[in-house]
Amino acid sequence: MKAFNIYLCGVGGQGIGLLAEVLLRAIDYAGFPAKAVDTHGLAQRGGIVVSHLRYGDNIFSPMVPAGKSDLVVALERHEALRGAESMLQQGGTLIYYNTVLQPLGVRLGKDIEVSEELIEKFCESADIKLFAVADEDLADPRTQNIVVLAHINKLRLLPGVNREHMEKALGDLLAGSLLEKNLKLFDSLA
Amino acid sequence: MKDMGEMLLREEPFAEIVMGNTALVRAMVEAQTRVVTSYPGSPTPEIASAIRAIPADQRPFYFEFSTNEKVATEVAFGAALNGHLATVFFKSVGLNVTADTFVQLSLLNIPGGMVVVLGDDPGANSSQNEQDNRHYAYLSYTPIFEPAGPDEVYSYYLQAAALSQKLGKVVILRLTTHVCHAKETVAFRGYTPTEQDNTPRFSVKNGPYIPLTSAVYPMKERALRQLGEIEDWVDKRNLHTVVDNNSKLGIITSGLVYLSLLEVLGTVPPSKTKPDILKLAMVYPVPRHTIVGFLKKHEEVKVLEELDDELERSIKAIAYDLGLQTRIIGKNDMGDWIGEYTPEKVEHILHATWPDLLETPELPEPAGQTPARPPQMCPGCGHRSAFHAIGEALADEDITVADIGCHTLGFQEPYNLGELVLCMGASPGIGSGLSLFNTTRKVVAFLGDSTFFHAGLPGIINALFNNHNLTLVLMENGTTAMTGHQDHPASGRNFNEISEAIPIRQLLEGLGVPSIFETDTYKQEELRKIMRQAINEERFNVVIARHPCMLLFAKKQRKAKGTNPYQVHIDQKACEKITTCIAKFGCPSFVNNQTDGTITVNKDLCIGDGSCIPTCPSKAIKR
Repeated sequence: MKAFNIYLCGVGGQGIGLLAEVLLRAIDYAGFPAKAVDTHGLAQRGGIVVSHLRYGDNIFSPMVPAGKSDLVVALERHEALRGAESMLQQGGTLIYYNTVLQPLGVRLGKDIEVSEELIEKFCESADIKLFAVADEDLADPRTQNIVVLAHINKLRLLPGVNREHMEKALGDLLAGSLLEKNLKLFDSLA
Repeated sequence: MKDMGEMLLREEPFAEIVMGNTALVRAMVEAQTRVVTSYPGSPTPEIASAIRAIPADQRPFYFEFSTNEKVATEVAFGAALNGHLATVFFKSVGLNVTADTFVQLSLLNIPGGMVVVLGDDPGANSSQNEQDNRHYAYLSYTPIFEPAGPDEVYSYYLQAAALSQKLGKVVILRLTTHVCHAKETVAFRGYTPTEQDNTPRFSVKNGPYIPLTSAVYPMKERALRQLGEIEDWVDKRNLHTVVDNNSKLGIITSGLVYLSLLEVLGTVPPSKTKPDILKLAMVYPVPRHTIVGFLKKHEEVKVLEELDDELERSIKAIAYDLGLQTRIIGKNDMGDWIGEYTPEKVEHILHATWPDLLETPELPEPAGQTPARPPQMCPGCGHRSAFHAIGEALADEDITVADIGCHTLGFQEPYNLGELVLCMGASPGIGSGLSLFNTTRKVVAFLGDSTFFHAGLPGIINALFNNHNLTLVLMENGTTAMTGHQDHPASGRNFNEISEAIPIRQLLEGLGVPSIFETDTYKQEELRKIMRQAINEERFNVVIARHPCMLLFAKKQRKAKGTNPYQVHIDQKACEKITTCIAKFGCPSFVNNQTDGTITVNKDLCIGDGSCIPTCPSKAIKR
């Protein structure tokens, strides 16, 4: 299979790391060679968190070259736009969890908050398929990543990767009641 | 759930998706490493997380976080003198801290073997510079392996350990940020636990270990002689990789840059011949024999190396000595010296080198329209409360010096406190210098508690010794927060067990600090008062501004209770839009609703600490 490039982004604490690891393991269960790399460091302090994930044939670097992403997965609206602008190729897909964690400049009134419309306009101009997902009734914001995972499955955004692969991957990484809770949420939406 | 600890000790061969840092720990286990030490620093802390995954009673080696990188290196060295294979790991700039110790190691016979694992940071992702630590190899005659990904982290550590044990010599394994954090499937060999020999085998007969006068030259000679043996050893094991495309063009590279290069060469049109590649497993000593062979086969050779030009200079010198006619192309412009060699960077460099080889790369995207997102102190962070109160106690022209740690983030708006930072433990010394001849501007230095032990103490002692006039604020949060909450000497725990907490206040008293103030940073009024008093004393004094790390606290609380039950909200009737909460206190939990001008609280972020409540002049923040 031709290389498929995924770029994941969000804000520290949102669970990008887990989501990236689930996708990587799901891809592995689906039988594709894969490489990935996370950014760490200052991420935990409300900074930007990024994961690169690539699968298919002839993949060497774990890093997705800028502007060569087939899919951008974002857990926050500002990061969705930032990720799409810098990493998505024409005709690619953006899926994001439609929540806002205001960056410093927005809180201080120096920058304008990114709106849903701005993202829609950008995606239209760059021929990008756009999916904004959210679950108003979600009890725990730390499971927003699982909501996105479920929609990635439902929308078939990863070629050759299905629900069983994702469930097995979740089982690799979580245990006990935490696994149960996340699987239940995943199954209810996927 | 997959059990990482079980996996790291598994006796049968297996394959698993792992991070470079995890692959390293499996290699340590297989190599029968007995002692591992470190000081936490990105990109290496996950090495310790993997070690932690092995239950303490099954861990086949001893591990500790030492007080700093220098001590960590010394502990590993001492253990290796007793015959135990030892390893120390730390971040790029950690090598500066341990330099005094490190540069001696290569002169000494280390019977157990010793591997220094470096987490270098091209791109300065989480460091104050992107220094190229290969320079230290030249400085100290220490061989240096450079893996490209997790698979090679694993295999090169095994090679490094074997070489180190064979020669009784320190060996460097140089990782970089995206080698540490890259993930791929690695095929691991089996592991056979062996009987462990605890006999302390230190003997002066293995020395000399006293490098004084007449002993120094023979020790240096030995180190230099070993470089040739090392080159042969790597050659015989065929560790360097040659990709032969039968081209007149060649590229010499190493590490992760090799993978970026393969990525870019994948885009060369089939009508064109791809350049040949020599990928070096070991970049120092520069493998003369291998390089000469490669140069002779090519008309033009590009040296593709991240950061500085060590390989380029060595290769050009070799070619000059032999009168080789090969055109050697090194760095072209300043941009080639700066930043990580990502695939797109390599694409630009190759295109500049051989314009016909690749299609013209697309120009980098113009800056996007998304507002920047600088890292922030977490909701509830005690440092925020400290900066809020201290900012009110200081005059605009006063000088504030930061150190390394979460509190470094105070330099940002809205606090603007901690106006310069150098490296670990430097703030008391810099502050002392800033106070000389200075009778008009108060000097305040900030220092974290882990950094206090790491490298802060000499600066504090110097301030006392030489009667400097500054106020040191100890930002005490009880942990090494920035790197992932590792314990430090005042935590009351080390990596392995309970240990007596070293009381910072008593330590300062014992040093003779004439006045020590102390309060919890949530007590805004008191901290302001203390601060005003402290800066007006014409002598060195210390303010201990303590509050436990709330990121750690909130994590534990969520684990215990599920959620945060005590979140704050803003009483919209009481709110007078003074915006102290957003514009001055600056907790990221506050939301500036740009459409209607109201301020609300983001329930996904607020941890209910209430540190903001006393800062609202209208008393509109309520639980």
